[in-house]
Amino acid sequence: MSWLQKLLPPKIKRGDSGTARKVVPEGLWSKCPNCDSVLYRTDLEKNQEVCPKCDFHNRINARTRLDIVLDPEGRFEIGSEVTPLDPLKFKDSRRYADRIKASQSETGETDALIVMQGSIKTVPVVAAAFEFKFQGGSMGSVVGERFVRGVNTCLENNLPFICFSASGGARMQEGLFSLMQMAKTSAALTALARARLPFISVLTDPTMGGVSASFAMLGDVIIAEPGALIGFAGPRVIEQTVRETLPDGFQRAEFLLEHGAVDLIVDRRQMRDKLATLLTGMMRLPAVA
Amino acid sequence: MKTSFLDFEQPIAELEEKIEQLRYVQDDSALDISEEIERLNSKSQALTKDIYAKLGAWQISQVARHPQRPYTLDYLSGMFTDVEELHGDRAYSDDPAIVAALARFNGEPVMVLGHQKGRDTKEKIYRNFGMPRPEGYRKALRLFRMAEKFQLPIITFIDTPGAYPGIGAEERGQSEAIARNLFVMAELRTPIISVIIGEGGSGGALALGVADQMLMLQYATYSVISPEGCASILWKSADKAAEAAETLAITANRLKTFGLVDRIINEPLGGAHRDHELMMQTMRKALTDTLRHLQDKPLDTLLQERYERLMSYGRFKETPER
Repeated sequence: MSWLQKLLPPKIKRGDSGTARKVVPEGLWSKCPNCDSVLYRTDLEKNQEVCPKCDFHNRINARTRLDIVLDPEGRFEIGSEVTPLDPLKFKDSRRYADRIKASQSETGETDALIVMQGSIKTVPVVAAAFEFKFQGGSMGSVVGERFVRGVNTCLENNLPFICFSASGGARMQEGLFSLMQMAKTSAALTALARARLPFISVLTDPTMGGVSASFAMLGDVIIAEPGALIGFAGPRVIEQTVRETLPDGFQRAEFLLEHGAVDLIVDRRQMRDKLATLLTGMMRLPAVA
Repeated sequence: MKTSFLDFEQPIAELEEKIEQLRYVQDDSALDISEEIERLNSKSQALTKDIYAKLGAWQISQVARHPQRPYTLDYLSGMFTDVEELHGDRAYSDDPAIVAALARFNGEPVMVLGHQKGRDTKEKIYRNFGMPRPEGYRKALRLFRMAEKFQLPIITFIDTPGAYPGIGAEERGQSEAIARNLFVMAELRTPIISVIIGEGGSGGALALGVADQMLMLQYATYSVISPEGCASILWKSADKAAEAAETLAITANRLKTFGLVDRIINEPLGGAHRDHELMMQTMRKALTDTLRHLQDKPLDTLLQERYERLMSYGRFKETPER
C-alpha cells in the first residue's frame, strides 16, 4: 500500500482499488465502488469512467484525461525530455530509484505530470494532467519543471494554461527540492498573470498537500470534479491532531464550493464544453458552438 | 535561565551539575577551588565542542526545536528598534502563531515577520506551537503588500513545525492562503530576506520563505516533511525518525551544497539557546551584509534574479528525444 493510500479514509481506498480493478480489464463487467451497480465495462468507458447509475467519478489516468478534453488533432507533448533523478540517493524500505522504475513500468509514464499543447473545441491551449498512479501523483523536480515548460509554451504562443491535479502532495523522496517546486510553479504563474493569460485549475480526486497549497489554488478559475477530495492536510492527520471525528463530506468538492474555495463543480462529461466557454470568455474570443 | 539539556548532551549536563555544586561549596568555604572550577569549565567547553562537531541530522533537529532557542520576538527585541507589532488579517482574526512588526534595523525602517512559538505551556497553546492558520498567512500577505507600497525591505524569520492541520483551517482555505503567499512573494517589488531560525516545517515555512536571499542558522532544519512524519509513512514507524532525518537532507550544510540555502549563520558554541546575546550579534551582522547587498541592486534586476532562481530549483535529467 502506498503512503498516500494509507492517508486516505477507507471509503476512498475502496474507490481506488475499484479503479485499479477496472483498469486491468478482467472481464466485461465492473462494479461501481459507490453504488455497487454492476456495469458493462464498455458503457463505463464510453461514459468517461463516470458511473451511469450514480454519477460517481472514478479516477482516470493522465492520458485518458487529456484524450477526453483535447481535440484529437494537433496535439504534441511538452517536457517529455525531462526525466527524474535521485538527488538525495533516498532509501527507505526501498530505494527511490527502484520506486521510480516500478512506477514507470506500471504506468508507462516517466513521471507524474503529462503536458500537451493542443486545443479544446478549436480554442488553442496547453493542458497538463497528473498521473496519480505514478508515486501518488506526487510533485518532485520533474513535475515542477514540466509545469513550468508548459507555462513557458503559453507565454511564447499566447495560450491559456489548464492543469488537472490529482496528487497526494510534494514528493518526500526528493526532499527540499520537492518543496521548492511549490514556489517554482507558483512563481511561473506570476509570469502568466502578467501576460494576462488565463490559468484554469481543475481539482480532481485527490488534490492534497503541496500541490493544493501551491498552483492548484491559484487558478483564475478553479473547477472541482464532483466528490473530489481536496485539502491541505490529510483527513487522518487532522483527525489525529484535533481528536474529533470529521464532519460528513469534509474536504469534498461540494464542501469547498460551500466554503468559497472553488468557483464551480463540473461533471467530467461537461468539462470540455465548460472549459471552452470559460476560455473564450477570458480570452475575449468568439463563442464556440 | 538554567539551560535545559538534550539527551545527547547528558555528559555536558553532568559536568555542569558538578560545576554548579562546586560553586555552591565555594561560597561558604575558606578553601579556594576556583582553579578547579575553571578547569571543569574548560573541560565542559571542550566536551560541548566535541559533541557539537559531530551532530547527526536528528540531533540537529532536537537543537532546532530546543525550548530555549531564540524566537522571532527575541530577535525583534534584541536587534530592532521602534518595534510596532501589527495585527490581524482584516477578514477573520489575528493569528498569534505569526507575528509581524514595522521596525527599524540599523536605524532603517523594515517589515519583520516570523513564526512565533511559546515558551511555557500557556504561551505554547496561545501560539498554537507556532503552527499558523490561514489568517496568519493572510496577515503576512497584507503586510507584504504594505511593505511593497512603502518600499520597505522584508525580513522573515522561519520557525514552525508546519501549517496547522485543523478543521477550521481547512474550512478557511489553508491551501489557498499558503499558495497566495508563494505567488505574491515571487513578484513582490521589494527585497526579501528569509532566515530559518529553528524548524523549517514544509509548506507552512515556505509560505514566509520565498526570498532573494535564504539564510539559515547552523543548527536549524528545513524539510518537506518532518522526520517523524516521513518515518511513519515510509518506514511505517516513527522510531525511524533519525534515519529519515539523515536521508531527507534537512540540515544547513546539506542544503547549502544543494544551492537551496545561500548562507549559513554560525551559532554560539552549544547552540543559539546557550548565548542569546552572541546570537543576536552574529545575526545582526549577517542581516546587515545581506540587506546592503540586496539594496545595491536595481529593483528590476532583483526581481529578475529572484525569478530565475525560483526557476532553477530542481534536479532532473534532460534527454534529447525519447
